[in-house]
Amino acid sequence: MKREKIAHIFITAFSAIIAVVFLIPLVWMIGVAFSEPSFQMTFLPKTKFTLDNFKYVWKAVPFARYYANTLTVVLVTFVIQFFTSTLAGYALAVMDFKGKGLVFVIIFMQLIIPNDALIIPNFLTLSKLGVIDTKLAIILPFLGSALAIFLLRQHFKSVPKALFEAAMLDGANTWQVIWKVYSPCAKPAYMSFAVISVSYHWNNYLWPLIVTNAPSNRTLTVGLAIFAKSKEANMQWANVCAATFIIILPLLIAFFIMQKQFIESFVGAGVK
Amino acid sequence: MSNRKKSSLGRSIKNNIKAWALLAPSLIFMLGFTVYPIFKTFYLSLTKYKMGMKAPEFTGFDNFIKLAQTPLFWKVIGNTAFWALLTAIPSMIVGLGLAILINRKTKLLSFLRVSYFYPVVLPMIAVASIWSFIYMANNGLVDQTLIKLGLEPLLALSKKDTVLPALAGMYVWKEAGYLMVFFLSGLQAISPEVMEAAKIDGSRGLHLFRHITFPLLGPTFLFVSSVEFTNCFKLVDHVMIMTEGAPNNASTLLLYYIYQQGFTNFNYGTSSALSVIMLVTLLIVSIPRFFRQDKKVHYN
Repeated sequence: MKREKIAHIFITAFSAIIAVVFLIPLVWMIGVAFSEPSFQMTFLPKTKFTLDNFKYVWKAVPFARYYANTLTVVLVTFVIQFFTSTLAGYALAVMDFKGKGLVFVIIFMQLIIPNDALIIPNFLTLSKLGVIDTKLAIILPFLGSALAIFLLRQHFKSVPKALFEAAMLDGANTWQVIWKVYSPCAKPAYMSFAVISVSYHWNNYLWPLIVTNAPSNRTLTVGLAIFAKSKEANMQWANVCAATFIIILPLLIAFFIMQKQFIESFVGAGVK
Repeated sequence: MSNRKKSSLGRSIKNNIKAWALLAPSLIFMLGFTVYPIFKTFYLSLTKYKMGMKAPEFTGFDNFIKLAQTPLFWKVIGNTAFWALLTAIPSMIVGLGLAILINRKTKLLSFLRVSYFYPVVLPMIAVASIWSFIYMANNGLVDQTLIKLGLEPLLALSKKDTVLPALAGMYVWKEAGYLMVFFLSGLQAISPEVMEAAKIDGSRGLHLFRHITFPLLGPTFLFVSSVEFTNCFKLVDHVMIMTEGAPNNASTLLLYYIYQQGFTNFNYGTSSALSVIMLVTLLIVSIPRFFRQDKKVHYN
């Protein structure tokens, strides 16, 4: 019994040390972002607290513009996905029709093959459509979401048939059944998918980089990458850390507040 | 009788139209940006197609033959295979370790979970920006620490033998928390009766882990390795920020090579041939996931 208690304390201490190791890059970054630039890199800041790095970065990089762009991309993508996936999820969960198997094949294709593997043909398609260097180009490939359809279908399937029949008896049409009966029952699935969709598009880099050129269409990640690789930023880790902090702050806060929701959503998306 | 049959046939046709109408908004985008580009990649891989050309020219397997004769291609394949092993296996080991650490009753649980998982949420671009200073030659956090300890600086990102392991170290830090959650649900799915019985039989600690826990985690391992081998191919943001393939292409990974061929050299044919290799690889590594369709993992 005593041996087990000692083991327990030992393991707890060990797990806390590992946690601190995991936190080092974040703590270091925040420390640097709020201290005066120096040429000696130390783990804990040695100069006094300052907001100068943020002032400099906010002026040097059009972050307000990038924020607005990222928010537009993230929100528009999610709202349209919400709409298209609800309709498709309902059809697959509730209705009987010819060719259902084919639809599932298409869904599995998208679950297996990420957009990143299809950058060349998708770029060529968007060039033909003449939308390169617009926010629309960032959004278009993601508007039909296999993952969202799949999550919603699972949820819709568990909605009791009695609810559906009661609505039908009341004279509701399909449209009303979808939005008044099924959709409200799937709040956890929407929540789950919202976390995945928003963090994916907030973090996505390669695709927005490929399809945008003008600063007026760049997202936060592309803006940060350009700044971090620019000549002014070389050796200026205080500024880059401040810029990084600006970009990750909203997601980090959301994660700290809703850690369980985040973890569940990420895992749900992985399991499919 | 025939009237009723007719009306039910009519209803069925109406039903079919309705279902496809509901699917149409999603399907248009999925066909246009997933199905069509998959076929187009295969087609373009058999053509000569560069920017400025009016249309692709069919050349059979020329792109693949040319690639096979290019030393850089084999280097990239080698790098990518090495990268997969360097990231997937350590991520799984660390992920399992973290899962064991939080699968206990402790007051620190919430703190531990947040600390282990938060890197998953961060954009790779942000992570790479921070870590490029951590790994920076001479002035970086790692090298400064080594110099203070009286050791040689590592210059991790500028040497061909250390660049991929260094990037992999960062990747494991970012990914382990994600895999941890799958292992945690695997651990929690093992029935307490089995563990009790093993303990009554005198199995403890490492012995218990090796002979009971580890074998029972088999399906979780299969699933997680599939997830991880898929993930490690489809991200190159860190290469673009930290090394751009340097030194001497020692850190050029497949997707980065695809990007370079397509968007630096504007050689869409070659780039598509490389994409075909990536598509086939993704297809193969995702097979194990389908064996788990019926068994849902739930995190509590």
